[in-house]
Amino acid sequence: MSFLSTLFPAYAEIFLLAMVSVILIADLFTSGRTKTVTYLLVQLTLLGCSLITVATHQNGVTHLFHNMFVDDLMSDVLKLLSYLAVSMMLVYSRSYLLARGLFSGEFLALVLFALMGIMVMISASHFLTLYLGLELLSLSLYAVVALQRDSATATEAAMKYFILGALASGLLLYGMSMLYGATGTLDVNAVSAAIQHGVANKALLVFGLVFIVSGLAFKLGAVPFHMWVPDVYHGAPTAMTMLIGTAPKLAAFAFVMRILVEGMQPLMIHWSGMLAILAVLSMAVGNISAIAQTNIKRMFAYSTIAHMGFLLVGVLSGGIEGYGSAMFYAVIYVLMSLGGFGMIMLLSREGFEADTLNDFKGLNQRSPWLAFMMLLLMFSMAGVPPTVGFYAKFSVLNAAVAAGHIPLVIMAVLFSLIGAFYYLRIVKLMYFDAPESHERIYMQPDSTLLISINGLVVLALGILPGTLMSVCAVSVQQSLLLH
Amino acid sequence: MIFGFHLLSVAIWLPMIFGVLVLATGHDRNAPLARKIALVGAVLSFLVTLPLYTGFDKMTSAMQFVEMKDWIVRFNIHYHLGVDGISVLFILLNSFFTPLVVLAGWKVIEKRVAQYLAAFLIMSGLVNGVFASLDAILFYVFWEAMLIPMFIIIGVWGGANRVYAAVKFFLYTLLGSLLMLVALLYLYTHSGGSFEILDYHEMAIPFTAQILVFLAFFMAFSVKVPMFPVHTWLPDAHVEAPTGGSVVLAAIMLKVGAYGFLRFSMPIAPDASHSLSGFMITLSLIAVVYIGLVALTQADMKKLIAYSSISHMGFVTLGFFIFNAYGMEGALMQMISHGFVAGALFLCIGVMYDRVHSRQIVDYGGVANKMPVFAAFFMLFAMANSGLPGTSGFVGEFMVIMGAVKANFWYAFLAASTLVFGAAYTLWMYKRVIFGAVTNDHVAHLHDITLREKFIFAILAITVLVMGLYPLPVSEILHVSVNDLLVHLARSKI
Repeated sequence: MSFLSTLFPAYAEIFLLAMVSVILIADLFTSGRTKTVTYLLVQLTLLGCSLITVATHQNGVTHLFHNMFVDDLMSDVLKLLSYLAVSMMLVYSRSYLLARGLFSGEFLALVLFALMGIMVMISASHFLTLYLGLELLSLSLYAVVALQRDSATATEAAMKYFILGALASGLLLYGMSMLYGATGTLDVNAVSAAIQHGVANKALLVFGLVFIVSGLAFKLGAVPFHMWVPDVYHGAPTAMTMLIGTAPKLAAFAFVMRILVEGMQPLMIHWSGMLAILAVLSMAVGNISAIAQTNIKRMFAYSTIAHMGFLLVGVLSGGIEGYGSAMFYAVIYVLMSLGGFGMIMLLSREGFEADTLNDFKGLNQRSPWLAFMMLLLMFSMAGVPPTVGFYAKFSVLNAAVAAGHIPLVIMAVLFSLIGAFYYLRIVKLMYFDAPESHERIYMQPDSTLLISINGLVVLALGILPGTLMSVCAVSVQQSLLLH
Repeated sequence: MIFGFHLLSVAIWLPMIFGVLVLATGHDRNAPLARKIALVGAVLSFLVTLPLYTGFDKMTSAMQFVEMKDWIVRFNIHYHLGVDGISVLFILLNSFFTPLVVLAGWKVIEKRVAQYLAAFLIMSGLVNGVFASLDAILFYVFWEAMLIPMFIIIGVWGGANRVYAAVKFFLYTLLGSLLMLVALLYLYTHSGGSFEILDYHEMAIPFTAQILVFLAFFMAFSVKVPMFPVHTWLPDAHVEAPTGGSVVLAAIMLKVGAYGFLRFSMPIAPDASHSLSGFMITLSLIAVVYIGLVALTQADMKKLIAYSSISHMGFVTLGFFIFNAYGMEGALMQMISHGFVAGALFLCIGVMYDRVHSRQIVDYGGVANKMPVFAAFFMLFAMANSGLPGTSGFVGEFMVIMGAVKANFWYAFLAASTLVFGAAYTLWMYKRVIFGAVTNDHVAHLHDITLREKFIFAILAITVLVMGLYPLPVSEILHVSVNDLLVHLARSKI
């Protein structure tokens, strides 16, 4: 009994694992193509996880399993947002996947395993736990992408994703082993302390750091480690793309925070320079390449690369401002991506993918409401107030100015101007052009409702962004102060 | 006061609420309803701004009708509104134009009526927000948000080349705005965490930083004014925008840029303003003279008035940067007057365009034979545009020239050339379009303006004449604020 009660910070993970097992078995015994029972069970599981995470929340930082697992405000907030993102992703993609025969029990189980990986990463305070979470997430995602067996592009995307992902994992492991060699420990806090006291071999540390940053850049999709992003985003079925492009970004943010900020804060002078190069290159390549795309999923892929560059600007600016703004940016990015991919799926129908830019032509005439939602999402991605995307950019830029990175800020601003062009082009296609097809859009009630909420939240948070900003700042602060 | 102390909030949010209501009417089959709601909204929004004039204390340059609420506590951003003698007039000007714009598009706009009217109402509220904001981020939000409805207006209801014009308009202004954002973030850090514009006014800033801040603001505001050489978006946007869009662009949007100089650039970086005044004056004079000549060669009426606007706005920036009371008050008078006159001229062109569907001067000729009443109104506005004494156009130009004489004779000499060029391009166009024999079928089938159009023009004509003959009610509002601003600008802040 006493042992079980000490596990309470990890109750959400334990519950999720138990439920995945239940769902896997239950799925065998529930017939029906629509998988309604399984689907509802999954949504209930997510709800249960949220309740447990809220109920087991406590102030301060709690370590568990010999410092391998940590529970703090940042982990709780990020987990809650991950549940939300996964839940929204399932609502958006349900009818899309049903129409393509991909809405299977395995898919749902893999999604939950991926979520499990995300949660482990978010709560990791040990390099091994981090790696474990990362692999659990990545392997589930590889499988999810490959789920559409008869599609050549999806299989190709899965292959690319797998090979490059494995390479990145290798880089990370290599970096971690060097860190271990230099400090004699894999515990994030102990590594930090060892570096602080100067007992570690500096050359070895920095060498390891290079590998770790490269691995991280791979996972984030930052230039020059971004090659997989456009192909995977493009090749995978849109629902899978949405899964890859949303909640895992929260995990990637947590990953950066745990490794670089908590583990290697004393080496900030080294990694912030590396991140600056990655950030500028990502913003440049991402924004400029996105202009040339005709496929909207590919465009979003490049835009993700650019957004990750922007997020890195927040991280490298440091301090509560910098990390808080990066977290806010990640959260907002996930919210906007969900809406963007959700819209693609909403416009798709059986046997038809609305994934080229031309499919958005004249959307205002076909459905003014959807066009308006997409307009809000696009202006938010471009960072134009009064949408929340502006505050995401604003807080990052503010942190960077406060840290004295003025040239970086000016570059970020100029690249986001370039970025504004391709988001604007979507608005142009929707509002200024005549539609190519007058096919009726079959608006699923659940995803239509969700996209409306999604778009309006982007606007509402743009009018009152204060609370979410504070939540991000406070959670970063609470997680870092006690080290 | 009717709304307690929330007059400015009402001026901002009322048109937007009506905009959403109009949008809710949805489909074009409800267009008559949409038009009525929009008109009611626009008129109400104008009426609620009238207490801003009647209740205005002319004796102080302090901010009035102040509202202050916490907005984003983490960044110390407030919902802080207030107006002084400089900004209050523009809120009135903007609210005055909204009903006219709604009326001007009454018949002509037939597709997506609700969206069209809603865009204008929402924009009207946003523009009021720009003029009333005393918090830099609040200002920035309104400033940027303004782009969205304008982008849609130009792109959806504009002419043949509308997409190019809309995108150019958006990207040009966004570039400037983003650099302004960097400057604001710098000021926030430098001030130790404040986004209050009035705090920035009092804050000491080193000279180099002032220059950089000034240049960043310059990028934002000069694009909006627009000043030479970043003016090229304006002729495109004007020509392609629907009539209402052109009116709002000319009457309101351009003023926002010039207002920015007075509210941000000059008081925040006075030393930089003084040392860069030569640069600013040069650009202004180039706008006045060169753009005036460019206007002379235009074959498209809207383009001609667009260039004329740039030239007149050159006068405004000239008046600001000669740093004396005549210049600055004259510039502000010129801004108000130009709002009425350019707005009226675009409406005149719109009236002809609605009937003939051409903006080319050569497609007209002898319009006076068919539309005598219209020709008379058009005459008055054309005269006002060329600065005829007795019209509002004269007051501002005259004061700026007087101010310029005090600063430097040659400034005044070059500036005064506008009286020649302005008269030349406006009246020459007028002559070719209105006088002479009826040259083609289209003109032969013209019918004179309707009651609705007469009403719009009569209101504008009265305003232009009253402001020209008796400008005191306007200038007395400005006076104290302008004087205090000049005193402030004379103090070094290094």
